[in-house]
Amino acid sequence: MNGKPKFAMYWASSCGGCEIAVLNIHEKILDVDAAFEVVFWPVMMDAKYKDVESMEDGSIFLTLFNGSMRNNENEEIARLLRRKSKVMVSFGSCATEGCIPGLANLFPAQEIIDTAFNTESTDKQNEFLPEPNCDVPEGKISIPMLNTRIKTLEQIVDVDYYMPGCPPESHQIADVIDLIIKVINGKADLPPKGSVIGAGPSTICDECPRERNIKLITAFHRIQEVAPLDPTICILEQGVPCNGPATRSGCNARCPRVGAQCIGCYGPAEGVIDYGARLITSFASVIDSKEPEKIEEIIDGIPDPTGQFYRFNLAGSLLRTGASNWQKNGH
Amino acid sequence: MSQSFEPVVIGFTCNWCSYRAADTAGTARVKYAPNVRLIRLMCSGRLDPTFVIKALAGGADGVMITGCHPGDCHYIDQNYKALRRFLLLRRTLKGLGIDPGRIKLIWASAAEGMRLAAEINQFVEEIRILGPLGWPRWDKEVTQNENIKEVA
Repeated sequence: MNGKPKFAMYWASSCGGCEIAVLNIHEKILDVDAAFEVVFWPVMMDAKYKDVESMEDGSIFLTLFNGSMRNNENEEIARLLRRKSKVMVSFGSCATEGCIPGLANLFPAQEIIDTAFNTESTDKQNEFLPEPNCDVPEGKISIPMLNTRIKTLEQIVDVDYYMPGCPPESHQIADVIDLIIKVINGKADLPPKGSVIGAGPSTICDECPRERNIKLITAFHRIQEVAPLDPTICILEQGVPCNGPATRSGCNARCPRVGAQCIGCYGPAEGVIDYGARLITSFASVIDSKEPEKIEEIIDGIPDPTGQFYRFNLAGSLLRTGASNWQKNGH
Repeated sequence: MSQSFEPVVIGFTCNWCSYRAADTAGTARVKYAPNVRLIRLMCSGRLDPTFVIKALAGGADGVMITGCHPGDCHYIDQNYKALRRFLLLRRTLKGLGIDPGRIKLIWASAAEGMRLAAEINQFVEEIRILGPLGWPRWDKEVTQNENIKEVA
């Protein structure tokens, strides 16, 4: 034990990309080590849940919590770390808005289990369904149970700060770490509770160097189906669905700069209540038609509007799920 | 259940045509279903799809969007913008499992009070047949966590 503030990072339902993004801050990771005592970080070191349970409440200064709430273990650890942490950061898109795992909310939970254990791709269908509780010679063991839907971290516990991104950009993580170290040394104050940190307030378009000419389009195309895009003109105006107009700035328009459309991983920009609704508004503005039939024809070019508009945001949106999810669960 | 079901319908009207149509209907003592709650916007082009989604997530069974006839918009062509948003929104909601019949776009001029009243009645009946939407009130959901602040 030493006098350094304690640091924890946890992954709930996530891919591990957030941890890689943290390690990707290169030599700055040494500052983390110098400034903090890392007490719990499953991807980096061995630690048990009971070690965390034995800590005093509020004794961890900073917890970066990534991953969505897929099962009861995720929720349990979220509550545990909330209790033990002074500053709880909802880190990355999964924790903040559900991200790709959140798209599972379009289906009932049972359908997900069936797909995983009971389709043509599974050998010996129905024989290997996971048992929540199991007796083995050493005693009783249990595995976490799937929640009926994916929830975001703030739908489970009180969150101090939000850090969007899939994953958050490493330079943003480095800036946030620098700030926290300054706070610890008394050289800066924490931002107001509930702030979005490590990102800008505006939209990707604000950071995007491409030119927007208010040109209207007569067809949407998938990016792989068109000739290479003009590198100087707005991607949306070239007919490729780009989520930049509703997406929070902070990544420096990384994808549009290299010729790919923004897919929206930084989540809703400041003031956006429902991300998908805001995107519908901006897409509707570039469609060049006043005839219902022609408009329908143009939007046929977006094969999966729900997936396009709620790719990262479904679990954090106003509706949160598809109807079949809660209907099957008998909500 | 179906006998006692009274649809909750939110109707967005524009200041210059459809709201005045509703006014005309009122002045002429034309009866229309009390299920609709009209909200006046300056223009159907002001209709952010967020309003519709929020209405459905907050307990509405159907949403009616109304505006000036094509070509008659007080703000030149904003009702076409509403049309495009409506068509995109309808598809998106379908993907979320919401029957496309739960949202409807109606054009009505200030003189068409009778017509608007008839359209309202018809839409309410259509929603009655579809039944309650019953979207869970996530905003009222209380988690077991002691730290969470209850959001009103």
